[in-house]
Amino acid sequence: MSSDLYREQILEHYRNPHNFGEIQDADITQEGDNPLCGDMITMYLKLDDGRLGSVKFRGRGCAISQASASILTDLVMGRPVDELKRFPTQALLDELGIPISPARMKCATLSVNTLRVALGAGVEDEDDAD
Amino acid sequence: MIEKDVSNAGMARGVPPVWADGHALDVGAIRRQFPILKREVNGHPLVYLDSANTSQKPEPVIAALDDYYRRYNANIHRGVYQIAEEATAAYEAARQKVARFVNARSVREIVFTRNVTEAINLVRYSWGRANVHRGDRILLTEMEHHSNLVPWQLLAAETGAELDFLRIDSQGRLDLEGLDRKLEGVRLLAFAHQSNTLGTINPVPILVAAARRAGAHVLIDGAQAVPHMPVDVQAIGADFYGFTGHKMCGPTGIGVLWARRELLEAMPPFLAGGEMIKRVSLRNASWNELPWKFEAGTQAIAEAIGLGAAVDYLCGLGMAAVREHERALVDYALERMQDVSGITLYGPQDPDLHGGAISFSLANVHPHDLATLIDQEGIAVRAGHHCTQPLMETLGVPATTRASFYVYNRPDEVDQLVGAIGRAQKVFTG
Repeated sequence: MSSDLYREQILEHYRNPHNFGEIQDADITQEGDNPLCGDMITMYLKLDDGRLGSVKFRGRGCAISQASASILTDLVMGRPVDELKRFPTQALLDELGIPISPARMKCATLSVNTLRVALGAGVEDEDDAD
Repeated sequence: MIEKDVSNAGMARGVPPVWADGHALDVGAIRRQFPILKREVNGHPLVYLDSANTSQKPEPVIAALDDYYRRYNANIHRGVYQIAEEATAAYEAARQKVARFVNARSVREIVFTRNVTEAINLVRYSWGRANVHRGDRILLTEMEHHSNLVPWQLLAAETGAELDFLRIDSQGRLDLEGLDRKLEGVRLLAFAHQSNTLGTINPVPILVAAARRAGAHVLIDGAQAVPHMPVDVQAIGADFYGFTGHKMCGPTGIGVLWARRELLEAMPPFLAGGEMIKRVSLRNASWNELPWKFEAGTQAIAEAIGLGAAVDYLCGLGMAAVREHERALVDYALERMQDVSGITLYGPQDPDLHGGAISFSLANVHPHDLATLIDQEGIAVRAGHHCTQPLMETLGVPATTRASFYVYNRPDEVDQLVGAIGRAQKVFTG
């Protein structure tokens, strides 16, 4: 069973997620869940002079949701918070680099939506996600 | 779709001999009646293992819908012209078929709703608001579908009643220990005839008898039972029994509430508007007779007629034969699936207690990843919480995968599922 959806990069992030764990003295802790699948993540953010000094996450769920969270933490580490409030969902999807069906879009975007809520920014309009 | 001789398919692993006796379903002939089973999905013949979600539709049901819209589409109970009379007659004939199908004492006890959710909410609003009071108790089970949980949460919040729950054991069977004590002060006992997630067939006679001793009313969610086994509402002796058309070869948008006539007579209307009235003045109205008192507005006419065709279809197969077919499939599937490495099977191990739905999880593959992967082989299964989030908490998992069976499924489709699960595991374990 070969699968474009489950190419090696995704599986590698799923098995060995980057920045997985907790930040004990996090400035912001934000839970997010995807009731459709039962995916859950908690993001821990440590701010440093207007930048995201450190980010970690814990979670459980499908490979798409967890790999996407792992990839997102790599993308956003160290970047200015103001910029991250407008972090485009498409940038994460591009980095995932796999076709995401409408049914799985909520899995793929759980991490970025949780990050936006954590930073007090609204969730991007999800016309495509339903 | 390649038609195989089912009498040989997958028999090696011990499907019981009753499979081949004179009352068994002719699955090859059945499959030819379901046009969708001829299509391919992702380059593979469709293997549809999600009938607990919604069943596929046979030709006679599709034809009944088509025939109504082509030949006699008209509103019911109003027109005096020919096609309106034909539509009314077909709609009411469908009600009669449904009444006979579940052995209702009177056709007036059959109220058409949109689905079981609406049937339960009808009872919540109409009977519940008038009969459930502060301090009363409502007893449910922890395996209920949200549709038989959330309405009672809302009624309890509204009235000050309390909710309590029967728990399940490690095989997904209700724990009946102390049932009589739990029923003390209970106004309503509401439970699923068969669990949509676990497949557990609940001990209806024991539960109803205990509720009667305690003076409690009984509502049964029959969404997963009526499509799959003989159901006799008089023999069961409950007060309310709901089921839905789309899980029993019928269309979506049509469901049924059966209730004892004297209860329906006493209950206030649910939805108000046209058709449910007898006389209306500017300030007052009186109610139509049963069952129309509960059928406000233009009904799902085509869908009701389609449900009637579905009932005819299932009667032609024989519900005892349907149940036996699924029992044998579950027996075979449980045996095949327990050999899959890293699998956890939920629900009763005894196929006599296990309806045609099997939930499972795998150590290395999340249910949604599994469902996505095997979809690429044309296999349709449900992944998620199955609208039973509290039950997922009890099982300690965020979600499960569920394979569910119906009259058109064959043992070789179980074999394909097991093979696809193994290939999905390889993707994740390398």
